[in-house]
Amino acid sequence: MAFNYDKYLRTNKMPTLWCWGCGDGVILKSFIRAVAKIGWEKDDICVVSGIGCSGRFSSYIDFNTVHTTHGRTIAFATGIKLANPDKHVVCVAGDGDGLAIGGNHTIHGCRRNIDITMILINNFIYGLTNSQTSPTTPQGMWTVSQKAGNIDPTFDACKLAIAAGASFVARETVNSPKKLEKILIQAMEHKGFSFVDVQSNCHINLGRKNKMQSAMATLDWINSNTVSKKKYDSLPPEEQKNLFPTGVLKQDTEVSEYCDMYEEIKKVHQGERKKITQDDFKKKI
Amino acid sequence: MSATREVISSGNDLAARASVDAGCMFFAGYPLTPSSEIMHTISDLLPKVGGAAIQMEDEIAGVAAAIGAGMSGVRTLTATSGPGISLKAENLGLAQMCEVPLVVHNVMRGGPSTGLPTRVSQGDVAQAKNPSHGDYKSITLCAGNLAECYTETVRAFNLADRFMQPVFVLLDETIGHMHAKAQIPTVEAVKAGIVPRKTFDGPAEEYLPYGVEQDEPAVLNPMFKGYRYHYTGLHHDASGFPTEEIETCRKLIDRLFAKVDNYKDEIELNEEYMIDDADILLIGYGSASLAIKEAVNTLRKEGIKVGMFRPITLWPSPEKRMHELGQKFDKVLSIELNQGQYLEEVQRSMGRLDIQKLIKTNGRPFSPADIIEKVKEIF
Repeated sequence: MAFNYDKYLRTNKMPTLWCWGCGDGVILKSFIRAVAKIGWEKDDICVVSGIGCSGRFSSYIDFNTVHTTHGRTIAFATGIKLANPDKHVVCVAGDGDGLAIGGNHTIHGCRRNIDITMILINNFIYGLTNSQTSPTTPQGMWTVSQKAGNIDPTFDACKLAIAAGASFVARETVNSPKKLEKILIQAMEHKGFSFVDVQSNCHINLGRKNKMQSAMATLDWINSNTVSKKKYDSLPPEEQKNLFPTGVLKQDTEVSEYCDMYEEIKKVHQGERKKITQDDFKKKI
Repeated sequence: MSATREVISSGNDLAARASVDAGCMFFAGYPLTPSSEIMHTISDLLPKVGGAAIQMEDEIAGVAAAIGAGMSGVRTLTATSGPGISLKAENLGLAQMCEVPLVVHNVMRGGPSTGLPTRVSQGDVAQAKNPSHGDYKSITLCAGNLAECYTETVRAFNLADRFMQPVFVLLDETIGHMHAKAQIPTVEAVKAGIVPRKTFDGPAEEYLPYGVEQDEPAVLNPMFKGYRYHYTGLHHDASGFPTEEIETCRKLIDRLFAKVDNYKDEIELNEEYMIDDADILLIGYGSASLAIKEAVNTLRKEGIKVGMFRPITLWPSPEKRMHELGQKFDKVLSIELNQGQYLEEVQRSMGRLDIQKLIKTNGRPFSPADIIEKVKEIF
């Protein structure tokens, strides 16, 4: 039987603002299937989005939803989560949103290891505003703000998340909706900060301006840039260079989650335990 | 008069204590002199009552996390000084647009820019009126003594929930760091006075968070309780979803003004000190009013009849009362620790440009002698 998305959608807000063939819809559907399979109640979920095409993600789904300012999803989500630690909080941000203007919050969300899932919709461009360079735009591509060719070095979002301390880091593309669904389930079920770089196609404002005229051409390009982590690890370094590994790149269940740690702070102040010391961090607190 | 108690404390400490007594359950902020003691105190107090306080990675995140908690339904606070307000401005605009209640302490220091971090100023009064871009109506309270660091904070939380928007409480370095005796309400009296935000308890399918009368604030239910809705900084309709429909956009901004303008009586608060028989009117607020009051007492001993008008709610301004006073007094002196940011409001309200001014922008507080000298010089 076909999956019934309508239960989770605000169907009266359809059609979406996204262009025909945009990968964001694939991510939306994968996310909905993941939530349904985990079995979370709609009331218990808050989805926080930023600014850009990805910012509209939150308005189409029937959860508690917040469309915030540019780049600040994790900061808003941190307040929502810490004030409601038993609820599920998911951030949806774009590559400009989460890596440029909001890069600092991404770093510190990862570092705190607060139990939030961040879905980075990475389409390699500022799509909504007509093709300005983003932190993930490949060098040499045409952008409207660098018509002579982009010279800015490219960000690997997952390497950033790993280095900043996220306890779950994964990458998938819209070419593989089933794998994406599975990864999102793993990410949302993971206790701690989970970061998923989802590579998506913007054939309108990246593709057709860079000799990829259709959605399919842009999807093929994403496909040619990505390999499974297993295959990636088997390649010599010179062949890894321009490839992105997909799948779960890091999962650490031994590191303490922020809201759990904050419960210990409450215990200290309520006289139920001694002050937290450096020794306490030799194990999970 | 509600029951009171005597405490020995500082302005920043009292601001933090008042927040928790008023039911605040969440704080997020970033260290900024001279406001940091508010964060220091509340970080100890909130976990004790089951709340949470978090030091974020920057000022922007500080206000964003506080607003996030407010969106979820809890009373929430951030505290900073002028440079922090500059950084928080965009998200304060989001809170105005989404109508999220929030209290913001600004312990003012010398500016512009890094300015005089450890010295006093009242240079953020104009900023408090319009920190963010766009049209909205600020509610700004200003503590004029130690006790008011407590009472105005409590009032700010109730006003934030009543009007569903951020409320500023301005302190300044002098009053924030002043440490002395203060007579403040008992915790029981504060708790008895808490008026929580309105909520909707009808069927979820009939819930329209922004579907209110043209001069009423939004009715925002707590999250996770079965009323799933959408917050957005975009122009939005009664249901909270983005729209560009012409009349809806106009009415939204009109309502953000009308919800405050039509109920100014609930917000306005002033102190009038010895003005009934006075010949000269001194206008000042915040810590400056401490020196003004002493100057009034001294001048009166010398036979010079002066009085003081002190707005405690700075925005919206007590324009009607100031207009009346402007008709009654020929001699008016506006006193503030900036180049005359509130003077412009006094001039506007009184409809006069001949208001005298005494200003100081060197990071030092007024002494009563400054004021006495000025009064004798000009009047």
